[in-house]
Amino acid sequence: MTENSTATVWHEVASPFCGIASDDLTIEVTGNDVKVLENGDSVTRAGFEAPIGDIQPRIQGKPVTLDQAISHIVSLLVESKQPLIGGMGTDLNGARAAMSLADKSGAIIDSFYSPAAFRNILVLQDTGYMTTTLTEVRNRVDLLLVVGTDIESTFPRFFERMVWNQESMFEQDIASREVVYLGKKPSGDASTSPSGKKAQVIACDNADLPEVISVLRALVKGKTVQAESVAGIAVKDLKSLAEKLLAAKYSVVTWSGGQLDYDHAEATIQNVCEMIKEINATTRSNGLPLGGKEGDTTVNAVASWQSGYPMRTSFNRRFPDYDPFLNDSRRVLSNQEADVLLWVSSFNTSVVPPQMAEHTVVLGRSGMQFDNEPEVYIPVGVPGIDHVGRTFRTDSVVSVPLRKLRDSGLPSVFEVLSAVEQAL
Amino acid sequence: MLLKLTGGRIFDPAHDMNDVVRDIYIRDGRIVEKPVDGRIDQEIDVTGKVIMAGAIDMHTHIGGGKVNIARTMLPEDHAQAVFERTEMLRSGTGHAAPSTLSTGYLYAEMGYTAGFEPAVLPINARQAHMEMHDTPIIDKGGYVMLGSDDFLLRMMAANADQEAINNYVAWTINHAQAVGLKVVNPGGISAFKFNQRKLDLDENNAFYGVTPRDVLHRLSRAVKELGVPHPLHVHGCNLGVPGNMQTTLDTIQGSEGIPMHLTHIQFHSYGTEGDFKFSSGAAEIAEAINKNKNITVDVGQIMFGQTVTASGDNMRQFAGAPHAHPNKWVCMDIECDAGCGVVPFKYKDQSYVNALQWMIGLETFLMVDDPWRIFLTTDHPNGAPFTMYPHLIKLLMDKSFRNDMLSTLHPEAQKATHLASLDREYSLYEIAIMTRAGAAKLVGLADRGHLGVGAAADITVYTDHSDREKMFEKPDYVFKDGEMVVRDGRVIKVTWGTTHVVKPEYDVSIEKPLKQYFDKYHTVKMSNFKISNDEIVDDGRGSLTIQPLHKGGRL
Repeated sequence: MTENSTATVWHEVASPFCGIASDDLTIEVTGNDVKVLENGDSVTRAGFEAPIGDIQPRIQGKPVTLDQAISHIVSLLVESKQPLIGGMGTDLNGARAAMSLADKSGAIIDSFYSPAAFRNILVLQDTGYMTTTLTEVRNRVDLLLVVGTDIESTFPRFFERMVWNQESMFEQDIASREVVYLGKKPSGDASTSPSGKKAQVIACDNADLPEVISVLRALVKGKTVQAESVAGIAVKDLKSLAEKLLAAKYSVVTWSGGQLDYDHAEATIQNVCEMIKEINATTRSNGLPLGGKEGDTTVNAVASWQSGYPMRTSFNRRFPDYDPFLNDSRRVLSNQEADVLLWVSSFNTSVVPPQMAEHTVVLGRSGMQFDNEPEVYIPVGVPGIDHVGRTFRTDSVVSVPLRKLRDSGLPSVFEVLSAVEQAL
Repeated sequence: MLLKLTGGRIFDPAHDMNDVVRDIYIRDGRIVEKPVDGRIDQEIDVTGKVIMAGAIDMHTHIGGGKVNIARTMLPEDHAQAVFERTEMLRSGTGHAAPSTLSTGYLYAEMGYTAGFEPAVLPINARQAHMEMHDTPIIDKGGYVMLGSDDFLLRMMAANADQEAINNYVAWTINHAQAVGLKVVNPGGISAFKFNQRKLDLDENNAFYGVTPRDVLHRLSRAVKELGVPHPLHVHGCNLGVPGNMQTTLDTIQGSEGIPMHLTHIQFHSYGTEGDFKFSSGAAEIAEAINKNKNITVDVGQIMFGQTVTASGDNMRQFAGAPHAHPNKWVCMDIECDAGCGVVPFKYKDQSYVNALQWMIGLETFLMVDDPWRIFLTTDHPNGAPFTMYPHLIKLLMDKSFRNDMLSTLHPEAQKATHLASLDREYSLYEIAIMTRAGAAKLVGLADRGHLGVGAAADITVYTDHSDREKMFEKPDYVFKDGEMVVRDGRVIKVTWGTTHVVKPEYDVSIEKPLKQYFDKYHTVKMSNFKISNDEIVDDGRGSLTIQPLHKGGRL
């Protein structure tokens, strides 16, 4: 650790803490203290400013050297019948190292955010979709339909950056943009236009979304709907929404898999995505799945290119063996099917293992607190604060470089997992 | 350490060596002169074996967003191609869209030592390089895609002078770490965002009033004037549309002698004759290629079976989506930069159209006279997975095999082709031109694709088997930078190839309007768009090889 009382100011810093990966942050670093000076929000400030806690690894709660901790992990993996690498909160090279170790140790891999991510992945693998990316939205959206999601609670700067920006490249009158919420109401005023125009809200419960979306899709297709209301929503309101979607030049339908938190939400998302395809018969419309924070998009991308499959893949049989249900880490843990859990969470101190295995190893962001001390805990650096890295945005197209802002001496996930693999 | 390969039959078209028995000496990864002191550390007897430089795939979709979408979306296709982990090799999967590690191993096992990703979107270039970084053994590189990006179209709409466009092209090639420039459906990906569903060569983009012909003209000039060795890599308008041969002929005509590479020409060689209103334009296209010496092509041969089509051309992919097999597909608009479309596809030998596509590809191979100007591709994975190359080589080298295959296809399609009457059989020398010397020259690789002194020792050794498929699918040895990486068709050592790039000069004044553009309209800062050299070197496995520009290159 370097003690340094002079402050360094960094510009155009990218944030890995939110799936839109804003990269216009100004950050001041004094010693190990990080402060977001400009363009911060509740998510990025919490992410960047969380203080460093422990820096020394522990075994059974007792301080050890990094080498001792690594040797212990190796001995656990040698004896393990079924390791599970979970959490997977890491950057590009951390994900590469985790994949390589999983391949060698026969582990199952899964991410903490998989329940949300798989609501979209299952749609991709069954019927596919039409989607767009953030810069297209910023310049083209004329109608934004938000499905079942309170965007600003998890993506605080979404509207500022993508909807109520100053200017579109295509001579669009920004003030004419329309925002419609279907499902959850917005929790604040981020979606209100600078001139004060509020978003239209067609409210319903999550549980009613499957039905409401089915009716909306039918109306978009020009089907006659006999009912006059669905889940408390007047069908004529849905009909006028369908008409807006068909009249818009570039509508964007957005949702967050994390907030569509109900069983088989993938079926609703699939209906949304098929509706978007149908709208494209005559005009342009695209989906925009929001998610992908803390390396979630990154680990799914890396797993796909290295193994052919996203998360929820097992290497137990010496080849990638994908099963989005059997290899769900929560299911594996609750059925005690893994004897070693190697939990990786380098961004977020609150993302702790949902359940321990017989042997639990945590590579966690320094400052992590546990109700039950894991067998091994290694405090690791945060990509984009303690070491350089790269992370993907929610759209899985754009990746941004992450910078090393301070010299904390904390090891990276890549360094720890590579050392484990080499010793294995 | 000096290695001698003794007694092989050399096929090295770059040095006019056609089946010449000669020894090869290798030291420090390079081919060297016979040592004066005569000291040899290791000798391998390759008497009677066929020796070529390592093969180069100049157009193969191996890295980047759309390939990874294809991987993620096709678990059922991976299940038929599963690669177990070994002591040395990582596990993997994938038939149509293999995982990166398997891709490197499979290419090397076929004697390939380089592959070039032809559709690197500038904003997605970082990902393309990440994936190529995880592709072992082979060298790689990418052609960065412009032509539907709004910065260029805005410049063109404002009638910017050519020098400014050259400057922007050079800047993009530098910061996307590319070895060439590609254009896909010029201006058409942008037009699709404005709800245009087709864009002919002389049709205006609705917003910019710019035509594909204008885009081709500007970009091909830029490449030439900058001295970038690889000519503008063109995926033309109207891919897959019956009658598009006319567009292709007009594109060739409109090239005005400026070098242009027309990629997967098979998909752009369709007429509208006959009962099915779908016919072969291969003869006319081949004639035009033969006449216009500035034109090079790769074929994009299709093969029957399941594959996946992955393209930047979301306009045409959207149009083709109803043919998706299995029925799932993705189209994306991307970052005011480009787009992509991923549509799984199964080519069927009893489909008239698919059978004729197969025939059109082969007709093109056989009717283009100059093997230095035509390249062997399946547009992996769009026409077929690259693992079909040995089969394709056999089709080219063995007329009776070709005609046997032909006779099993859709009967009406057989009547619509002259393929059976084409007697040409490619020689080993011509295969070496297409897949080695010619490809290296086309991509602009000074030290690859040949066996002269000073060249990188990327060398493939085959047994001269009369069954050419067997010969080319299992080389005896493959050397990568002088190291034996494959023996008897199996990887025995894993190395990591280099990334080839070019670095045309640019005037840094271009960053002023670019920074404004990024700040105003984009969601990424210009500084974060740029890919540093360190990112290519990455964890230490990667490296950057800067290839020379043509003399006289200027802004």
